[in-house]
Amino acid sequence: MKRRDFLKSVSGLAAGATLPAMPSVISSAYADARSETLLIVSEGGPNNLDIHGVGTNVPGYEVSWNCYDRLISHEMKVGPGGVPYYDRDKFKGELAEDFKIDDMSVTFKLKKNAKFHDGTPVTAKDVKWSLDRAVTVGGFPTFQMSAGSLTKPEQFVVIDDYTVRVDFLKKDRLTIPDLAVIVPCIINSELVKKNASEKDPWGLEYTKQQTAGSGAYKVTKWTAGTEVVMERNEDWVGGPLPKIKRVIWRMVPQAGNRRALLERGDADISYELPFKDFQEMKASGKLNVVSLPFSNGIQYIGMNVTKPPFDNPKVRQAVAYAIPYQKIMDAVMFGLANPMFGAPKDKPTEVAWPQPHKYNTDIEKAKALMAEAGLANGFETTISFDLNFAGVNEPLCVLVQESLAQIGIKTTINKVPGANWRTELNKKEMPLFTNVFSGWLDYPEYFFYWCYHGNNSVFNTMSYKSPEMDKLIDGARNAAAVGDTATYDKDVKGFVDLAFSDIPRIPLYQPFVNVAMQKNISGYQYWFHRRLDYRAMAKG
Amino acid sequence: MLTMIGKRLMFAIPSLIGVVIVTFLLTRALPGDPAAYFAGPAATKEAVEQIRKKLGLDKPLIEQFFRYTNDLAHGDFGNSLTTGQPVAAEIRNRLPASAELTLLGLIVSIVIAIPLGVLAATRPGSWVDHLCRVTTTAGVSLPVFFTGLVLVYVFYFQLGWSPAPLGRLDVFYSAPPTVTGFYLIDTLLARDLEAFRSACSQLILPATTLAIFSLAPIARMTRASMLAVLSSEFVRTARASGLSPATVIVTYAFRNAMLPVITTLSMVFSFLLGANVLVEKVFAWPGIGSYAVEALISSDFAPVQGFVLTMAVMYVLLNLVIDILYGVIDPRVRLEG
Repeated sequence: MKRRDFLKSVSGLAAGATLPAMPSVISSAYADARSETLLIVSEGGPNNLDIHGVGTNVPGYEVSWNCYDRLISHEMKVGPGGVPYYDRDKFKGELAEDFKIDDMSVTFKLKKNAKFHDGTPVTAKDVKWSLDRAVTVGGFPTFQMSAGSLTKPEQFVVIDDYTVRVDFLKKDRLTIPDLAVIVPCIINSELVKKNASEKDPWGLEYTKQQTAGSGAYKVTKWTAGTEVVMERNEDWVGGPLPKIKRVIWRMVPQAGNRRALLERGDADISYELPFKDFQEMKASGKLNVVSLPFSNGIQYIGMNVTKPPFDNPKVRQAVAYAIPYQKIMDAVMFGLANPMFGAPKDKPTEVAWPQPHKYNTDIEKAKALMAEAGLANGFETTISFDLNFAGVNEPLCVLVQESLAQIGIKTTINKVPGANWRTELNKKEMPLFTNVFSGWLDYPEYFFYWCYHGNNSVFNTMSYKSPEMDKLIDGARNAAAVGDTATYDKDVKGFVDLAFSDIPRIPLYQPFVNVAMQKNISGYQYWFHRRLDYRAMAKG
Repeated sequence: MLTMIGKRLMFAIPSLIGVVIVTFLLTRALPGDPAAYFAGPAATKEAVEQIRKKLGLDKPLIEQFFRYTNDLAHGDFGNSLTTGQPVAAEIRNRLPASAELTLLGLIVSIVIAIPLGVLAATRPGSWVDHLCRVTTTAGVSLPVFFTGLVLVYVFYFQLGWSPAPLGRLDVFYSAPPTVTGFYLIDTLLARDLEAFRSACSQLILPATTLAIFSLAPIARMTRASMLAVLSSEFVRTARASGLSPATVIVTYAFRNAMLPVITTLSMVFSFLLGANVLVEKVFAWPGIGSYAVEALISSDFAPVQGFVLTMAVMYVLLNLVIDILYGVIDPRVRLEG
């Protein structure tokens, strides 16, 4: 019923806008509108405007990022190629005017002039309600909050109308960064509570359809699967007023058409194009193409260590020597990725992630290792990939298949439909597969905690368990929390070395996020979530 | 007449019930676990279970089925998980887009194919006949998405005559207030000529794509059935009586040749709705076909069931209309259930 009211009011608005206008008036408005409007085309659109919703997809994160504020956000720095890049270690207030980090808590002073889109002032009780919501609704938001040891509503304390304190459960270096990700957004609690029901105490149904935040933009029209229209919030106090007045985000399923729209100058900006297109557009120079590495992300070949013969490290090393790394870089990625292989033999391990390993394509060595493992005649297995990313995964798996055949490993390719991929990952039955993992929080121990730790999370797709590895990962996490750099460095180097010698997953490359835009578009910023931030962008 | 319609509708009920059961079972047999899909990449096992419970997927199949039919009886098609909207509302919004496109494609096709077929039949072996053969063969052998992409490439990308393939209206126009859901009609009702022109120019390429595809069966069928009728005795008699060739062809021969053409039209209309899926993808058309395909890819049950059910109902109605048309064209056709 609420939804219907909303739709009615929207179509009513649209009707009001067209009816009195004469054709000539539209024409002049049309030219104006074009110069102040950013037209984005992409393959998929949001399925929910609220990141706390059930099953909100990644495009939904982009809406949340631009339409809601958080207490704090990151400063910018100059990244690779001169592109503004979020600064992992520096924070600034967004809704918070000022914040003070103590030993076991952090206190935020809110900006007094901050208002939600409907004009209600943003107060401490909204902050508390929103953070309570994030840690209790379950699913992805709650999971993400727990990554920064934010799990209990009692941790969020209202001091007065404009002061909030967040208590730490334990020392965790990720708590502050976790307050700057997309999830802990501040929601208009009174408005949402009014529209909540007994069955839906957090009002998820309401915020799914409309934005109820204080952010720089508000959604004025959303037709699922077709378009999202966002208008600038003129009273935004989270930062300097954005230059783009209106954002129209259209879903264009056909990649070829998206490219045509860009090259004809009809669309301003697009992502999610095939790598070959990006490479060609880069070469032609008519458009600006920004390519930046995924922070903390790697495409890899994983081997399930509970499935013989992959339980034998020798076999895993043999596979690592048989991967056609360079061919994958050239023929699949068209060079748009950072290689994560073939580091020089004498290169010391760094306190960083991702970093290249020392394996190279060396079929003779791979054969020798197979013989040592008693499998000189090879074996048969299947290699699986996610069809949602078939553009990369399919040629990649074919190249790997070809190469593995040379050392006697016969593989059949198993294409898993996107809808089924997560179920398959969760089952941990696939013996050999390729996948990507990237973490929002850019810390080595965060990556290793999810991908290599013996608590066997979904992302430990190899079912890898090693007490030694766990000790190193836990050691690094604890050392980071108390600021013990020496132990931290030692443990990070330790777990990287172990991951490379035991090699349950073989890193291939660090993928790039590619964005193509018209030459007159400026202000693109790289964020950990890899979606667009319209607030800094300008046209003309 | 009314009893006939009533009877026909009665007969449609068992097939609709069949459709409900089959789509329900088929969507359940799809690979993929919607709970895992919607729990997101970072979900733990508990989170997936939580979502499964929320979606009611932890209940036995039979209970899910009864709940589904009960909702259907109340006009509730369920919620789409991918777009987050109620399926009934989405189908209502998207069906006019598909229908407008398909109908226009069909009209364009009829306007070209029927005269072409008639001309080819009256002058067999002439250049018109060859032209008819070549166009129809070419039209039917090109897959729709290919024709669509070629048209976009030539008329939008190279020549710049056509507007950007971005759906039903230029992005900077707002949609007319909904009366029929057909933009061509609604923009006129709103006296918004610019939007009408925009809607028109957006429609040209996709409608042409569909028309090229459906030319073949209509033209071929018109030609074949005209040939048969033209060689029949009553046409010979008409000619012998000294009627003008135009009267013979249009009044006597064509009317008699229409029945098989109408049958073909209904078939063409139904497979155009299918071909629509691809055309909608190419032209970013917010229609019902692309909606169903996206739902299928993400194991989103409700829209798939809603789509199949809507299509089934449309087929039933279409067949009914065709049957009535038969009676209008040829009084000899008995209207029986």
